[in-house]
Amino acid sequence: MATYDFIFDGLGLRSWCDAGKTEDGPLSMADLLAKGDSDKESSLLDLPFPSLDALNESCGRIVQSRAMTKGVEEGFLAIKDVLRFVLDPITQPLSWLLEYTLLIFEAAPWWIMFPILMVVVYLATKSIRMVGFVTICLAFLAFIDHYSYSMQTLAIIFVCACLCVLFGVPIGIAMSRSDRMQRMTIPILDMLQTLPPFVYLIPLIFLFSVTEPKLYGIAIILYAIVPVIRLTDLGIRLVDKDVIEAADSFGMTERQKLIGVQIPLALPNIMAGINQTIMMSLAMVVIASLVSAPGLGVLVLRGIRNLELGVGLISGLGIVLLAIILDRVTKAALDRVNAAQKH
Amino acid sequence: MTGTVKIAIRELYKIFGIDPENALKHVLDGVGKVDLLEQHGHVLGLQDINIDMYEGEITVIMGLSGSGKSTLIRHLNRLIEPTSGQVKVDGNNVLIYDEHQLRKMRRESMSMVFQKFALLPHRTVAENAGTTLQVRGFSQKEYLAEAEKWLGVVGLSGFENHYPHQLSGGMQQRVGIARALTSNSPIMLMDEAFSALDPLIRTDMQDLLLQLQDDLHKTIVFITHDLDEALKLADRLVILKDGYIVQQDEPQHILLNPCDPYIEDFVSDINRARVLKVRSVMSPLVGDTPPADAHGEVDYNDTLEDVITRSGGDTSHSYIVTRDGAQVGVLEMTNLVRALVPRVASEAGARKL
Repeated sequence: MATYDFIFDGLGLRSWCDAGKTEDGPLSMADLLAKGDSDKESSLLDLPFPSLDALNESCGRIVQSRAMTKGVEEGFLAIKDVLRFVLDPITQPLSWLLEYTLLIFEAAPWWIMFPILMVVVYLATKSIRMVGFVTICLAFLAFIDHYSYSMQTLAIIFVCACLCVLFGVPIGIAMSRSDRMQRMTIPILDMLQTLPPFVYLIPLIFLFSVTEPKLYGIAIILYAIVPVIRLTDLGIRLVDKDVIEAADSFGMTERQKLIGVQIPLALPNIMAGINQTIMMSLAMVVIASLVSAPGLGVLVLRGIRNLELGVGLISGLGIVLLAIILDRVTKAALDRVNAAQKH
Repeated sequence: MTGTVKIAIRELYKIFGIDPENALKHVLDGVGKVDLLEQHGHVLGLQDINIDMYEGEITVIMGLSGSGKSTLIRHLNRLIEPTSGQVKVDGNNVLIYDEHQLRKMRRESMSMVFQKFALLPHRTVAENAGTTLQVRGFSQKEYLAEAEKWLGVVGLSGFENHYPHQLSGGMQQRVGIARALTSNSPIMLMDEAFSALDPLIRTDMQDLLLQLQDDLHKTIVFITHDLDEALKLADRLVILKDGYIVQQDEPQHILLNPCDPYIEDFVSDINRARVLKVRSVMSPLVGDTPPADAHGEVDYNDTLEDVITRSGGDTSHSYIVTRDGAQVGVLEMTNLVRALVPRVASEAGARKL
């Protein structure tokens, strides 16, 4: 006898239940163990929640919970081929982009890469001190023979962050222009932001081959694109209403207003979004090493798998250094924009 | 004095709310502002506005906050759409303009100066001043040259490459004015343009505007809540209260003949000697012979303050009034002094809320 028999008896559904009773599904280990002491004394403390499994014990027609997870899985597998057929060609350029960027970053000798990075840092921050700081950090990483790993990580972040900006800013602009678009997009952004990073990987593994770079590329982009979208939307909505009114009164077209007024005035917020996006890409690139993303994350993974404490900690330190570099450089660039727009 | 009508506003109504069309019917049936809000949940912004604004004149629209003056000025370039009525510029009803015509009008025939300056913080002073031309598709070289010319006129030469945040409030508003002038539009809309400035700087800016107007003869619509400013600048003064026009006329005339206790109360506090001009107080010349005991000549457009200074405060004097060299009237100092006292001295606490 199961706990909730009385419901079905009371409703007169007993015959319906029994008629549907089929041979039990596969037994789980827990079921097997429970079988031994099924005639246990039952008290109110043991009252189970009327869950699918508990109800199933009383009435065979009620499905078990595992049927639901199984249903989701089967549903996904059923549409997998179609999804794959559509998504594979669309996302193929991402694979190429990642492969070639990785190739370039790795193939370029350090004595070319260093000056290039120094120039980039200088252009972004206009600060010699920042250039010096970045050079020292990179030199340290190279000195402890983590240079190629760092470059791999940097290459992936570079590609993914660029794509995030490329897609995120227009989405943010669209959101800022239409309240309906904003209402529809925000729940998706919330979901992307709260879904644990590992969960992204599960459906992606089924869709794409683990050896393809786009697998981790998509995971990183989905995870990191949220802040740049949100802050672009916010930034444009926060642009001074008086300035917008002035722009209207001069007869600006929507396009002139967007390019000449809204985007420049929202730039501090957009830059803050880009900073967040880069930091989140870095966080995800470590996790993505589970699905064959190269870089420092691989070393961290090795540290965990093989319990190589030193390898794990040193590569962790490398990630911290990279994070500091990226954060400081983007923040310095942001400050420069802010200083130019002081009110 | 009266030239051609540049902007004509006819039976303009603006009602804010969910269903303004319906609320308008109630208003036309005589429902007042308070009742409309209480019974129908709509705000009556503007009510039966009729104004003629003449070419080359400064029309000042004055009212306290909430009187609808900023709403009114935004109807002229359709930053706000009216509920019903007409706004005609050069005889064309701007309310039936399509997007293209409206943009052309905003670009070429109206420019606007804002209370909070509304400069673009990421552009230099010269680039800001040139915005109005840049929008019209002029090349950078052309619009910067024009901007520099007008920045010179408003006294900002040498600041072309500064950023707005490096300038004081008064200087920022000069950039705002230069920006409006750069567009070379015949109409300038000024929405409380000087209200955010310190009193001394405000006076400077008023002088600057009058001086510019002497040379440029634009049609200026100026919004303010400050009566002194209104009287100083206005060729014509429109006084708004709760969305309707209480009185509109020459400032002199309003001051001497207030038509409403509200306005009497309003004008009771100001320095009349500085606003009233000889022509409003003089008596016309009888026959062709000026009185023999006149103490000198004063101009038709001198203020009473000028005359008092000249007379040294002696009320027994009288002056011959001249206009363009011809003698047109006689000014008795006793009449002048009488004009300085408001017709009905306002009682304390009579101020309507």
